[in-house]
Amino acid sequence: MSASTRKRPLGLIAGLVLTGLLLAVALLSLVWTPASPTKMQILLKLKPPLVAGLLGTDQYGRDIASLLMVGAWNSLSIAFLSVLIGAGVGTALGLACAIKRAGIFATLVLRGCDVLFAIPPILSAMMLGAFIGPGRFTAIIAIGVFMIPVFTRIAFAAASRIWARDYIMAARARGKGAARVSIEPVAPNIAPPILVPGTIQLRLALLPEASLSFLGLRPPPPAPTRGPRLAAAQTFLRPAPWLALLPGLAIALSVLGFNLIGDGFRDLLDPKAETGR
Amino acid sequence: MIGLVLRRLAGLVLTLVAVSALIFAVMNILPGDAAAIMLGTSASEDTLAALRSELGLDRPVVWRYLAWIAGALHGDFGRSYTYGVPVSELIGERLSLTLPLAGIALVLSVLVSVPLGVAAAARRRGIIDGLATLFAQMSVAMPAFWVAILLIILFSVQGGWLPAGGFPGWQVGFWPALKALILPSVALALPQAGVLTRVTRGAVLDVMHEDFARTARAKGISRRVTLWRHVLPNAAGPIVTVLGLQFTFLVAGAVLIENVFSLPGLGRLAYQALAQRDIVVMQAVVLLLSGLVIVVNFLVDLLQMRLDPRLRATPA
Repeated sequence: MSASTRKRPLGLIAGLVLTGLLLAVALLSLVWTPASPTKMQILLKLKPPLVAGLLGTDQYGRDIASLLMVGAWNSLSIAFLSVLIGAGVGTALGLACAIKRAGIFATLVLRGCDVLFAIPPILSAMMLGAFIGPGRFTAIIAIGVFMIPVFTRIAFAAASRIWARDYIMAARARGKGAARVSIEPVAPNIAPPILVPGTIQLRLALLPEASLSFLGLRPPPPAPTRGPRLAAAQTFLRPAPWLALLPGLAIALSVLGFNLIGDGFRDLLDPKAETGR
Repeated sequence: MIGLVLRRLAGLVLTLVAVSALIFAVMNILPGDAAAIMLGTSASEDTLAALRSELGLDRPVVWRYLAWIAGALHGDFGRSYTYGVPVSELIGERLSLTLPLAGIALVLSVLVSVPLGVAAAARRRGIIDGLATLFAQMSVAMPAFWVAILLIILFSVQGGWLPAGGFPGWQVGFWPALKALILPSVALALPQAGVLTRVTRGAVLDVMHEDFARTARAKGISRRVTLWRHVLPNAAGPIVTVLGLQFTFLVAGAVLIENVFSLPGLGRLAYQALAQRDIVVMQAVVLLLSGLVIVVNFLVDLLQMRLDPRLRATPA
């Protein structure tokens, strides 16, 4: 899409609209849902969309539209918080490593990144879940920790380029300490290369979140995220396929939204780049 | 070249040691009493003490870690508490499913994405390019387990052509076993194919406009031959790199997909071990899968150096 929309960033606009709508729905769920997402009406169970409620009901007769709205909020907040942890810790580490690029600290941190990156978030979440119990906290930590090496590498690469500039040398010559230089001129200059992967990482955080909750490593019931109903829905594929289709569609749309935003920003900032993800 | 490989090899071993230490710390030190976690709150003091001595919990942590690693190097990962058999036996059985599953998915995704990416780049902004971009966006956005469920609805529930889950085992014959792996490997391959299509397209576009490609065309070599013989080998670097990086996601995807299709693979084993709090099995599976990711990335590095002589000149 990026190729055909060079002049007007249609993809970016579509992504912003899509994400904006989903975010609005998620926020709305905090104050209003069509029905109570935890209220069970067994008589109305497994009704197709529009027959009972806008999107039908699940095996307990709960309103799917309401469940999806609350699920959107849970998923988005977990994804957002884990990216925030990853970006915060990762950027700080990357900045610190760039001060002395071949120093012991930098070597250790960058090696450590390889180590963290080798363990898929789904496995670390399972390890953590084994003793602190599955839950929102486990999901955020597991996904966040996996994001740290990504941001460390990006921040390190970007900050190293900035450190080579003349104005940094000038600042150092004026007697500013390494830490102060890292925060004052370096940090603001690496913001753009951090923000774009940030949006892309949000999408990468949404998928493990959905996967973790699909496996049952999720906020404990009754808190609905979108995954577990998929697991339950698998049993009802023949009588009620919409149970499985709708939550997945919701996840796919939110990921698509962040994708389009990420791509759009990248094209805006660097019209030449069309590589990678 | 040999010196560089040796240095990389040393790095590989260090990373493996660090990963194993991290896994051991998370599974054995953080939770406190592993025996209490495995047996739950209702266990009697005698059973707890018996399990503690079986797990070696009465010994120092460092000794336990070294014993674990020494055992793992001999293929001995201890005994599963819930299954009552050696963990290595469980893992061997499960690997005969997970490895073919991941392998088929990897091959499928390359077979789809490389031709598609090259075709998209060849006629930029053409119909194929548009379709390829759409395919990439869609397949990356869809969660793998949802794709799996869609496939089950289409091919098992509606069509009835392929099994919706379960695995008969290789001993019943190659075809029935393979049949059970078709839907899972397609579900696993799809997101990978999306990412790879984008990367191939981008890499080919980058190389296509370099001088040597134009020279090849000027010499009268056809567009197709230029693309496949000259451009693609030079674009292989980023494709192979991403293939290696994506391996983590392939492993994570396999854990999920095995659970959707109830396939008795390593991922399902990890999940069952988690449900039963079988720490001995958990740490072995996590170590094995993470080790696999590290080794694959190491091999990708080597392949990279083989593909691109320029990388051999620069020290790591």
